[in-house]
Amino acid sequence: MDILVSGFLLAGTYALIAMGLNLQYGVARIMNLANGEMIVLGALAAFWAFTSYQISPLLTLFLAAPLSFIGNWLIYKFLLRPLVKRAKNQGQLEVDSILATFGISFALVGIMVSIHGEYFTYSFLANPIEVLGSTVAENRLVAFFIALAIGLVLYLWLNHTRAGTSVRAVAVNADSARLVGINVDKVSALTFALGGAIATVGGVLISTFITLDASIGVIFTMKALIIVIMGGVGDIRGAIIAALILGIVETGVATLVDPGLTLVAAYFIFLLVLLFRPQGLFGRRST
Amino acid sequence: MSEMKWGWPVIGAALFLLSAFIPLIADGYWMSIAVTIAMYTALATSWALFSGPTHYISLASGAFFGIGGYLVATAMSDYDLSFWLMLVVAPLVSALVAALIGFATLRLSGVYFVIFTLGLAEMIRNLVSWVQNNFLGSRGLYVLTDFTEAHIYWMLLVVCLVIFVFGWWLSRSRLGFALKIIGNDEEVAKHVGINTALAKVLVFTTTGFFGALVGVIIAPRYSYIEPNQVFSPELSFMVVIMALLGGAHRLWGPLVGVIPFALVWETITIAFPNSTTFFLGLAFLFIVYFIPHGFAGLIEKHWLRLRS
Repeated sequence: MDILVSGFLLAGTYALIAMGLNLQYGVARIMNLANGEMIVLGALAAFWAFTSYQISPLLTLFLAAPLSFIGNWLIYKFLLRPLVKRAKNQGQLEVDSILATFGISFALVGIMVSIHGEYFTYSFLANPIEVLGSTVAENRLVAFFIALAIGLVLYLWLNHTRAGTSVRAVAVNADSARLVGINVDKVSALTFALGGAIATVGGVLISTFITLDASIGVIFTMKALIIVIMGGVGDIRGAIIAALILGIVETGVATLVDPGLTLVAAYFIFLLVLLFRPQGLFGRRST
Repeated sequence: MSEMKWGWPVIGAALFLLSAFIPLIADGYWMSIAVTIAMYTALATSWALFSGPTHYISLASGAFFGIGGYLVATAMSDYDLSFWLMLVVAPLVSALVAALIGFATLRLSGVYFVIFTLGLAEMIRNLVSWVQNNFLGSRGLYVLTDFTEAHIYWMLLVVCLVIFVFGWWLSRSRLGFALKIIGNDEEVAKHVGINTALAKVLVFTTTGFFGALVGVIIAPRYSYIEPNQVFSPELSFMVVIMALLGGAHRLWGPLVGVIPFALVWETITIAFPNSTTFFLGLAFLFIVYFIPHGFAGLIEKHWLRLRS
C-alpha cells in the first residue's frame, strides 16, 4: 500500500513532465532530448532560491515558469526553427533535432555544473502526513496536487479553447492547419516554449522531494520519453496511465529490491512496450 | 577513373603501414594520444558503418565498450581465464546483446532506437553494480597483463584494419546496398523486397562486436576496472561527435574527424578540466549548424570545385 501511494504521487509529476514533452514532439515535431535539463534547471532554481533567500519553491514556480517559457521560445526561434526550415523530410528533422538538443543539453549541464556542482539538497515541507493509512511526506502530496491542477488546466485549455484547438490541429496535420489559417510557426514555437515551461515546473516540484544534481537530466529525459512512447504520442490519457505504471513499478522496485535499479525497471517496461505495444497503450496499430 | 580504382586501397595500405611505425618514434605522451586516436577510429568507423547509411543514431557504443572491458576484467580476476579467450568471447556476447536490442527496436522508427540506446550504458552499469554488490561481493577487478601501450596500439591498429576491410567489402555487397536504400527511403526498401529489419540488425550487430573488441583491448591500459568507469555514457557521445565531425557517409570520414578532435579534446581537457561537458555540447551544435556533412563533405565539395 505504501508503494501504491508513493508511486501514485510520483506519477503525478511524471505525467506532467511527459505532457510537456508530448506537446513538443507532437506539435512542434522536435524530439527534445534536452527536456531533462529543463527539469534540472527548475530544480536548481528552486534550490538556489530556497537556500539563498528562503523563498518557498511554490513561489519559485511563478518565476521559473515564465523564464523557462521565454528561454525555450528563444531556443526554438534561434536554434530549432532553422533546422525545421532546412529539413527536407521528417526523418532529417528528427536526426538534426536529436543532435542539436543533445548539444543544448550538454551545454546546459556544463553551465549548471559550474553554478552548483554538488547535490541540490534542501528540505521543504518534509513533515510526515497520513494518506490512506500510509505515511508520506507533505511535499510529495503538495507536488502531486499542483501537478494535477496544472495538468487539468492544460487539458481544458487544449480541448476547450480556440488556441488549444489550433495547437491540436497542428499536431494532427501541420499542412492542413496552415490551409485553415493557423500560423503554424507561431503555434509550434509557443507550444515548444510551453512544453519547456512545464518541464521546469515539474523540476521545481520534483526537487522538493527528490535530491537532484546537475547531470541527472538525462535520466528524466529517458523516463519522460518512455512514458510518452508507452502512452502513445499525443495521447494525454495514455500518458497518465503510463506515468502511473512507471511511478508505481519504480517505487516498487526501489522499495522491494534496490533503489539503484529504478532505471533498469524503467527499461524493462520500455522493452515490453516496444515488443508488444509500440503504438502506445491505447494507440491503434498503423498499417 | 579506371586507373584510380586501386588508388585508394593502395594509399590506405601505405598509411596503415606508416602508422604501424608510430610506437618506434613516439614518446609516452604521444603514445597515449595515439592509442586514444586508434581506439576512437575503430569505434567511430564501425559506428558509421551502421549509422552512416541508415541515419539511425546509435548511442550504444559506451555499452558495448563496457561489456568488453567488464567481461575481460571479471573473467581474468574471478575465473582465471586468459585475455585471448575473452578477446573472442566478449565481442560475441556483445554482438548477441546488439542483436537483441536490434530485434526489439530496429523494426520501429529511428527515434525509438535512439531513445533505447541513450540510457543503455547507464542501465547496464546499474544492473552490473547491483549484481556485483549483492551476489559477487564488491571487490575490485584487475586486468593484469604485460602489454605496453605499443602492444595495445598495434592490436587496435589491426582492429581498425579489419573494420576498414569489412567496411570496404560492405560498401560493395548486397547488404551494404540494401542499407543505403533503407537510409534513403525505408518504404521503397520494403517494396523492393528487402528484409529491412534483418539488414539493419545484421550490421548493427557488427557495431556491437567491434565495440566490445575495443573494450577488451583497452582494458589492460587501466588495469583496475570498475563498472562505473567502463560503462561511460560520455564515450557514446564522443564516438558520435567524432564520426559526424568527419562525415559518416564515407568510410574514411570518421578518421578525418577522430584525429583533429582527439588532439583538440586533449587540449581542452587540460585547459578546462571542469567544462568538458559544456564543450561537448558546443561541438554538437557546431556540427549540426555549420558542417552537417562533416569534414568529408567539405573536402568533397572543394575537391569537386578544384577538378571542374
